[in-house]
Amino acid sequence: MKLIKAIVRPNKVDDVKEALGRISLPGMTVTEVRGHGKQKGHTAIYRGKEYDVSLLPKMEIEVVVPDHMVDDAVAAIVQAARTGEIGDGRVFVIPVEQSYRIRTGERSDL
Amino acid sequence: MKPLIASALLCLFLPVAVLRAQSANVAPPPAPVTQADLAKLDQRVTAAQSSADNAWMLVSAALVLMMTGPGLALFYGGLVRQKNTLAIMMQSFALMALITVLWAVVGYSLCFAEGTPIIGGFRHVLLRGVGVEPNADYGSTIPQLTFMVYQLMFAIITPALITGATAERMKFSGTVVFMSLWFLCVYAPLAHMVWGHGGLLNASLGGRFPTLDFAGGTVVHISSGVSALVCALYLGKRKGFPKEPMPPHSLVLSFIGACLLWVGWFGFNAGSALASNGLATSAFVATHFAAAAATLGWIAAEWITRGRPSALGAISGAVAGLVAITPASGFVTPVPALVIGLVAGIVCFLMVTFVKGLVGYDDALDAFGVHGAGGTIGALLTGAFATRSVQAIFHDAQGRTLPVGWIDGNAGQIGYQLVGITVAWTFALVGTIVLLKITDIVVGVRASEDQETEGLDLTQHGEEAYNLEM
Repeated sequence: MKLIKAIVRPNKVDDVKEALGRISLPGMTVTEVRGHGKQKGHTAIYRGKEYDVSLLPKMEIEVVVPDHMVDDAVAAIVQAARTGEIGDGRVFVIPVEQSYRIRTGERSDL
Repeated sequence: MKPLIASALLCLFLPVAVLRAQSANVAPPPAPVTQADLAKLDQRVTAAQSSADNAWMLVSAALVLMMTGPGLALFYGGLVRQKNTLAIMMQSFALMALITVLWAVVGYSLCFAEGTPIIGGFRHVLLRGVGVEPNADYGSTIPQLTFMVYQLMFAIITPALITGATAERMKFSGTVVFMSLWFLCVYAPLAHMVWGHGGLLNASLGGRFPTLDFAGGTVVHISSGVSALVCALYLGKRKGFPKEPMPPHSLVLSFIGACLLWVGWFGFNAGSALASNGLATSAFVATHFAAAAATLGWIAAEWITRGRPSALGAISGAVAGLVAITPASGFVTPVPALVIGLVAGIVCFLMVTFVKGLVGYDDALDAFGVHGAGGTIGALLTGAFATRSVQAIFHDAQGRTLPVGWIDGNAGQIGYQLVGITVAWTFALVGTIVLLKITDIVVGVRASEDQETEGLDLTQHGEEAYNLEM
């Protein structure tokens, strides 16, 4: 069981959601985040005072998947979120030890 | 059935009506007009003019109040960081209440009662003797009460303008004490000197140095702008300035505020004619034209030097133009108004972008850069462009009109304008330093470092401007 954490462009969230839906992974958590990697920010000027806007808005998508689906899920995300320009984002894969369903309290590994 | 009856009645009465009209024509000529008739007519004309002027002046008073709340409150509110939004708006609103009470008790009297050339006397304390009868010195066709409440709105916005320099770091208690003292010790004398009967700088009521200031370039804008600079220097920079970014939290609010200021300014300037007459129209037009030219001046300068014309630049430019035209609005024709606006837009842009950076003071919302600089430019250019074709304010002993500004051939007026500017600057500089020191000793002026970090909304007022989380 793995946690896939993908940081993507805000306008790519719907595409990623659709792509994950196609491989039957319906559940996901999305968070608004800010960050920067290689992508340079831009400059805002208020009354002549310049501010570097280096942290750009991104969306973080989290999905937990069974081990055998990791490659498919990552491929689906990468394909859906890519534009080819700097700033497309990152995908991280992190091991998950346990998982519980709150409604029933049962331990339910995916 | 009904139309038939109607036509029958018409046939019956029409001849009668015609006959009556004819008999009226041949009636003996009316009695000659008596003095009593003329007096009655005169009374009615006066009453009609008074009604029209009073209607305009009451609307103008409301427009000027609208400039402080919500105009200035929104303009400044949008420019601060989110954590200080309510604090800055509250300062404007609190001044609406505070200055009103002080005005009724003693303020109006200090500004407009007869007294010394520097400050008014106590004749109108608690508004004694201020009723519906006009005061010949201050709007001979409107109730003195109207004049009193109109002038009150100016007294409210002036200290509110200073809060732009103290924003994000001055304690509320310090603001209340300082602004009360400032209103009594700086605003009241300046208002009396420029507008009061016998004031030192009054141009039409026997001042020693006749300074032209139609709607408050020296009284309102130089005084508040220069005091703002002193406050910024005395308080020191905001924590983290200029390293930490402090961008405006909502230019949308500022935008709405600036638009309200522009509209409200028609009451401020055109209302200063104190009547609904041609002079009011002239001031209205000059005001609008200057705001437009200044908007273009600021964004053109910005576009050339920074590569992009900004919305904040456009609204700041408009305010700069409105400030600069304030003293001139009742003395200049429309084209000089465009020139004054354009100059103010460009100069104020340079003040807040280059000069502020060079000198390094933290005038948080540019009260000095816009009001101090714009007011000074406006006061000077008034001396250059004032003309008797708009307002013949100077007369010789025979009652003939005299040239007003440089454009009329009265270059010396520039000198009087400089006297007015110097007096206003001096009063504002010295008064503000002394009063800040007193306030600092009594209640303190600056919020603590922790309070500043947490934000004035929570620490001064126990509220937050936005509670948008689910």
